[in-house]
Amino acid sequence: MGPTTESTGAPRTVRHIEPAVGGQPAGWSWRTVGVIVLVAAVFSAMLLSLAVGAKTIPWGTVIDAVTAYDVEVTDHLIVRELRMPRTVLGLLVGGALGMAGALMQGVTRNPLADPGLLGVNAGASFAVVVAIWSFGITSVSGLVWFAFVGAALTSVVVFVLGTAGRGGATPVRLALAGAALASLLFALTRAVTLLDQSTLDQFRFWSVGSLAGRGTDVAGHVAPFIVVGAVLAIGAARQLNALALGEDAARALGTRIQMTRLVSVVGITLLCGSAVAAAGPIGFVGLVVPHTVRAWFGPDQQWLIPTSALAGAAFLLLCDTAGRVIARPGEVQVGIMTAAIGGPAFVVLVRRTRMAQL
Amino acid sequence: MTLLDDLHRGADDLATSESSREVAAVSISGRVIRRRGFSVRLDPRAIGVCVGLAGLIVIVGLWSISVGDFPIPISDVVATLLGNPTEDSEFIVGTLRMPRVLVGTGVGAAFGMSGAIFQSLVRNPLGSPDIIGFTGGAALGAVVMIVYFEASALQVSIGAVAGGLIAAVLVYLLAWKRGVQAYRLVLVGIGAGFAISAVIDYMITRAEINDVQRAAVWLTGSLNGRSWDEVRIVVVALAVLGPLAVLMQRNLDRLDLGDDTAAGLGVNVGRAKLMLVLVGVGLAALGVAAAGPVAFVAFVSGPIARRLVSSPRACIVPAAFVGALVTVVADLAARRLLAPTELPVGIMTALIGAPYLLWLLTRQARTGAL
Amino acid sequence: MTATLTESNGTASARLRAKSVSLAYDDHVVVDHLDLDIPDGKVTAIIGPNACGKSTLLRALARLLRPSSGHVVLDGELIHKRPTKDVARRLGLLPQTPIAPEGITVVDLVARGRTPHQKLFQQWSTSDEAAVSAALEATGTSALADRAVDELSGGQRQRVWIAMALAQETELLLLDEPTTFLDIAHQIDVLDLVDELNRDRGRTVVIVLHDLNLACRYADHVVAMRDGGIVAVGRPAEVITAETVRDVFGLDSMVIEDPVSSTPLVVPISARRENAPNLPSTQRLGAETETRS
Repeated sequence: MGPTTESTGAPRTVRHIEPAVGGQPAGWSWRTVGVIVLVAAVFSAMLLSLAVGAKTIPWGTVIDAVTAYDVEVTDHLIVRELRMPRTVLGLLVGGALGMAGALMQGVTRNPLADPGLLGVNAGASFAVVVAIWSFGITSVSGLVWFAFVGAALTSVVVFVLGTAGRGGATPVRLALAGAALASLLFALTRAVTLLDQSTLDQFRFWSVGSLAGRGTDVAGHVAPFIVVGAVLAIGAARQLNALALGEDAARALGTRIQMTRLVSVVGITLLCGSAVAAAGPIGFVGLVVPHTVRAWFGPDQQWLIPTSALAGAAFLLLCDTAGRVIARPGEVQVGIMTAAIGGPAFVVLVRRTRMAQL
Repeated sequence: MTLLDDLHRGADDLATSESSREVAAVSISGRVIRRRGFSVRLDPRAIGVCVGLAGLIVIVGLWSISVGDFPIPISDVVATLLGNPTEDSEFIVGTLRMPRVLVGTGVGAAFGMSGAIFQSLVRNPLGSPDIIGFTGGAALGAVVMIVYFEASALQVSIGAVAGGLIAAVLVYLLAWKRGVQAYRLVLVGIGAGFAISAVIDYMITRAEINDVQRAAVWLTGSLNGRSWDEVRIVVVALAVLGPLAVLMQRNLDRLDLGDDTAAGLGVNVGRAKLMLVLVGVGLAALGVAAAGPVAFVAFVSGPIARRLVSSPRACIVPAAFVGALVTVVADLAARRLLAPTELPVGIMTALIGAPYLLWLLTRQARTGAL
Repeated sequence: MTATLTESNGTASARLRAKSVSLAYDDHVVVDHLDLDIPDGKVTAIIGPNACGKSTLLRALARLLRPSSGHVVLDGELIHKRPTKDVARRLGLLPQTPIAPEGITVVDLVARGRTPHQKLFQQWSTSDEAAVSAALEATGTSALADRAVDELSGGQRQRVWIAMALAQETELLLLDEPTTFLDIAHQIDVLDLVDELNRDRGRTVVIVLHDLNLACRYADHVVAMRDGGIVAVGRPAEVITAETVRDVFGLDSMVIEDPVSSTPLVVPISARRENAPNLPSTQRLGAETETRS
């Protein structure tokens, strides 16, 4: 490091976030390799999800089930009717959560932000609990719309609250408003479940987060919202990069800050709200997947958002499959698996590498 | 001689003309008491706040004891406390409600202090004993005892404390890599939290619904059915940890200046932080053992105390009083709001705490300054 | 890197010494086997390019960083063996970006400097009061005593931090870049103060500075570092030459005599501008300056 390459008096506030792996800034080759790896991971996860479960189905049969479907064959039924919808849903939900997490971390400029911070999970939970208690709805498809509306309303309120007062919706305000509202709603949810035991009995299964028992209709309901959310996310990516430099610098680059925040929040709501509505609250994916992906791909949101989607999808499917294998012939819900696998893995990562600083 | 005036001296009083010839009186904040080589600094406003809060706690406590399905006039309550019980009141006051109020006070104080310590330690208003994985571990311990061992209340408490301590130690060790930095501690705490919640969720989906209900109540934080046993535990533990926490205030003040400056002033930074974590965890353990993880008390007590005392310091003792008051008020509301059904106190603290936080938010002109 | 000693200071005493000290962050070696004696009663300036290890070295001298090899010695004993409070009574430190708790007043902040002298029941003795008062006076901040620190200007704030270090009543004072981010008037202000502290009370001062010319003006002893090692050590007139500047910073320059203080004045020559036609060549001037001092 020769002195001539350094500039004296550089402002200390500019942080240079380096990817932990390799210690070199990620150039094009690193990133392309990463993308290829992720795409391969998603495909393998999909195939595993179709083939593996309470009963392992050989590859040939799986391919036959897709290409030469024969209603008479039980294995084909399993693949087509049970596992394919589940796999598709897993892709959608995992991708949505990963993307929502990347967006959330971008808009709050906080690598520890979780999409749940906007209160989405809390809002959905409360709406679901009310649906179960007041209307006796117990089927997942019935609950989907309640959950979605609950999630959407909550994030609107959080955004409005975060915008109150001077300065607009700054990261800290959004996070605090979300935390406060989430606590409030969780408390109310808990109150309801404690007042009525049968509600508690139903709710505890929904609240864990699972891909089981969701038919193609569920995926069909949420898919359009996820697609719109994804489009918004990718659209906001460049503005978020500018925002990451701080408000003044972003403004100087011509970013419309409030608009970007609004678009991001809407995107997060659509993505995360759909995921929660379809599968219940699944933790960890939205927080840690983007965090980990950043260590490889760097902080550029234009890379982060799509790759977080890929990584999230692969991770969720793998967890789901593992959950089906671990407790044969029963299964462990995917919400439990993501946390049980992800938590320790995250701790290992934190110890091994120099993850992006707070 | 140069003893100090009160803290309302204006800057004008320190005109340089005074100081040109002799050493000027220095108007440090607070009152100083000097006797024979010893000197102590006191903050009159903090003392006033604590006394005021204590008064409120007594009032609310008496009120709480007197209301219920069997209302007892306050005069009778006072009489009972002074040793002249009437036939009705002895059981209800002495066995049912008094211990409950006392436990609520003690638990609130413990959580309040614990929260203030952690918030100051990580220099973030969102800090709490949760971050070190303690609350998660305690929850896990309790749920295990309830679901797998059909445990009694005492055993559940023991399980909770054990679980919390194990988790906190694990998180601390896992975050230790040539010293503990705040951010790594937070990250490891988050990872551990996920893993723990996964296990809890697993158990909850497989357990019998009655056990699930019992667990859910415990997890919310409840003062139902607290007896003099719990009061004894709380009093003893507070008697040990309370003074320690007050002593910790000095360490917190010094660490306030940043690790480097503190080290330059002679503070053993690593050891000071460890002591703080230990005391903070100990207080949280006390609270959890007696009442389960009552939401929000640890979170709001510190900031409220600081605003009342109008001080930039961590204010551990005022936070204790604030926490106690919040808990006692919340328990009263939880018992009476949906009478005859009793809600667990944790729900009310969340219902009080969350709007307060939102209110703080809308009032704050500067961000991040809670 | 071996130190190039242009003057032997074997006769001067040194309470604070670094002996073959190596410093590393997480396997990244910042300072390698460095020897340095800090002469008592003098102002020592440590200069060098970014990331040369000067702040790291200062932190090691202040007992904030443990050397991976070698040791730092204070008053004849290994500094790490001494209790922290003991070191704090001998050595005061002003770190680079000190944090002031929100809303704290000047008096309260300066009073924190008395920490190493206070005990549980000796929280504010008369000597504490006297020390704080004297510190406020010495830094000219008595009039600001009741103001909140965050309301002050950069220069005022820096003086308050120095007052805090002064209140500690130590004979050694270590300052890590106290003048960065200050405008020129405030820079001179702070350094004049440091100079006064050194002259009036014979305090030993070690100061990490970015500005070469200020270092030359105010320091009795200059340590030039580069890449974790010492390039030159000695009086400013001997150490700061065009060669040293090129060695340490990779910058071409002309070193002339400061018309106000008669210390070396470094005039940079940027790569884009050629030598002004009327001036003699760099090397000849450098030789002239050296012989004159």
